[in-house]
Amino acid sequence: MLEKILVLLCLPSALAQLCTPDASDGYKVRLSINTALGNEAYVWNENEMFLFRATLAFAMRNHFNGQLFKKSRNRINSAFLLTDKTLEFIGIPPTLAAPVIPDTPPWLIVFGVIMGVVGAGIIVLLGTSVLQKKRKKNEKSEEEDDEEDTRVKTVENGTVSDGVYNTSFSDDERTQNTSM
Amino acid sequence: MDKDAESAEQTHVDGLKKIAERPKWDNKVQYLLTCIGFAVGLGNVWRFPYLCQIYGGGAFLIPYAIALVFEGLPLLHMELAIGQRLRMGSVGVWNSISPYLGGLGVASLVVSFLVGLFYNMILAWILWYFFHSFQNPLPWRDCPLNLNLTGYVSECEKSSPVNYFWYRETLNITPNIETSGSIQWWLVLCLASAWCLVYICFIRGIETIGKWETLKNPEVWLDAATQIFFSLSLAFGGLIAFSSYNAQKNNCERDALIVGCVNSFTSIYASIPIFAILGFKANENYNGCKNWNILRLTNSFNIGDENITLENYDDWFKYLNKTDPSEVESLNLKTCNLQTFLDQSASGTGLAFIVFTEAVIKMPGSQVWAVLFFVMLFSLGLSSMFGNLEGVLTPLLDLHMIPPWIPKEIFTGLMCLTSFTVALIFTLGSGNYWLEIFNSYVGSIPLLIIAFFEIISVVYIYGINKFNDDIEWMSGRRPNIYWQATWRFISPFMLLVVFVAYVAVEAEKQPTYNAWNPDYVQFPLADVQPYPKWVFVICVLLSVIPVVSIPLVALYKLMGFLKKYIMNRHNQNPYANE
Repeated sequence: MLEKILVLLCLPSALAQLCTPDASDGYKVRLSINTALGNEAYVWNENEMFLFRATLAFAMRNHFNGQLFKKSRNRINSAFLLTDKTLEFIGIPPTLAAPVIPDTPPWLIVFGVIMGVVGAGIIVLLGTSVLQKKRKKNEKSEEEDDEEDTRVKTVENGTVSDGVYNTSFSDDERTQNTSM
Repeated sequence: MDKDAESAEQTHVDGLKKIAERPKWDNKVQYLLTCIGFAVGLGNVWRFPYLCQIYGGGAFLIPYAIALVFEGLPLLHMELAIGQRLRMGSVGVWNSISPYLGGLGVASLVVSFLVGLFYNMILAWILWYFFHSFQNPLPWRDCPLNLNLTGYVSECEKSSPVNYFWYRETLNITPNIETSGSIQWWLVLCLASAWCLVYICFIRGIETIGKWETLKNPEVWLDAATQIFFSLSLAFGGLIAFSSYNAQKNNCERDALIVGCVNSFTSIYASIPIFAILGFKANENYNGCKNWNILRLTNSFNIGDENITLENYDDWFKYLNKTDPSEVESLNLKTCNLQTFLDQSASGTGLAFIVFTEAVIKMPGSQVWAVLFFVMLFSLGLSSMFGNLEGVLTPLLDLHMIPPWIPKEIFTGLMCLTSFTVALIFTLGSGNYWLEIFNSYVGSIPLLIIAFFEIISVVYIYGINKFNDDIEWMSGRRPNIYWQATWRFISPFMLLVVFVAYVAVEAEKQPTYNAWNPDYVQFPLADVQPYPKWVFVICVLLSVIPVVSIPLVALYKLMGFLKKYIMNRHNQNPYANE
């Protein structure tokens, strides 16, 4: 059962001070190896401590100021198979990864697609109903022509009062008369 | 005899023409599904499970079932029957029964219009979430970072990413209703899409539709009665409109039973996954709370990694509290109680947009679940919107208030455009508060009043015997004792009681609302604010305006009748043509 390792880390200062638990420049480091790796957790021993010191020394060579943690965080994490959540430098918050902001928000793309389809649908529906109405009008005007023809016929045949259709000469009435 | 035969033939032809001109359902299934779609709406998914939860689960089913049997089904049957018999929308139907009752139809029309306004705003919100479900990770999973990238935005940290996404990124809500804020352009876009989607489905009217311990507490009964009522979408005029497109010889009794029972069954069925999700969310929150405590203790006492687990947390806590109580005190540990998390219920928009979205981010394949859920909500809402629009369109058509040279497509487009413009109020910063007002004040008292007058009119003015004869002619069976008893006495009585109790309960409380105020001391708890005077006046107006047409129209017709009567008395001219 591994303990949560608490390591003391000292930054060098102008006057070399020995690294003691109460050193003023000291930072505490907390590693949660069990949480990070579970069953594959490695044992913390002197060798791991050696690696830790070496890693920090490398980081200090690269950035000789307080920025070294922010910049080398990733390298230090990877050396120990840990992440920002399981390797903590107490007092130094990690810089959170800036989220990727795409140029067009993705929701606008989905919106554009759906509205495009809907708009096309509306135009199609309106178009077909306009066409249907035109067709109906044509049919109606054809029907009216037929009716006018029959009316003209009866006028030619016999007596017709103003606009009233005289049924005495139409075919339906004759058949009705005979049936009755 | 020839002339008689011919005139009879002519009137028969005219009659047939009139019947043929009214559009008809393609088949019975289309009609039933449309009615069910209208009745089954968003309320089945979020309001019913919420009511079950706050009233102790199974116990709520009893008053709900009683309300269904004695109030819901009789009113439903009555609305379907009169629509089918008189073959007109709500205004036409009530005008036929008695000219003094025309106001009922107008009231239904106004209520349908007002409800349609805010209902579609909810659809717009659903669309917004739907559009955002195609991202990885889902945008409501993480808090956004603050400016120097050292931590999260404080408003989000104090509440939760899901809450932040809903209140800030979606609504951009203002701290109270007086602050109106500006119009949120993204909500306007979503509202426009919602109206376009509704329009495209509705463009030709019905021709395109289908081408698809607690029991002692009076509030329990009140909520059951009002829930069954609003759930079945009674008194909107939509059901009357739908059934008016039916053939007259149709068994409306069976239709009413089918629609009513399917609606209730859907509510209960929807409760099952909702409760499962609420339980899952409560468990997640409980574990998260405990883990936070564990981390604090571990770090503060330098205990080994994973020594304190969820199981032995209580033992460790007791031990640490004994050895160093001051240190434990200083940590400000949270009290984690599973029951508290379970009791955190939410209804309405809270349930869908906060609870469910939070549950969804913890499921594998979150995007799929999110998309499915929002598509379901949108379909539920869309089918109810049809009913609302029909409740507006059919009476207007029947009243011949639409000039015949405007084609139906243009008219429905105009209706959608008008509603969209008025509904822009809900896209303001304070829009959510206004929506809650509309929801509580338009969708409650006016419907109760309209339904009460409906049933009184049909039973006592149209005549229950005449009504029975009509139903016998239409469905082939005379309504049995259950329908007689409920129509004549039980339903009107229940409606009256519910209405009086509702008014009494609401009048006692000072109307307040829950505001989202990041500067509130106890944030993220809701800041309970009373409505300012001018807002309260608007609330009362919203309840009164739909129903004021009932007495107004009656009065108007009465005045006309009195005028005629007085004129008759003056001109007793036997030769005057009346």
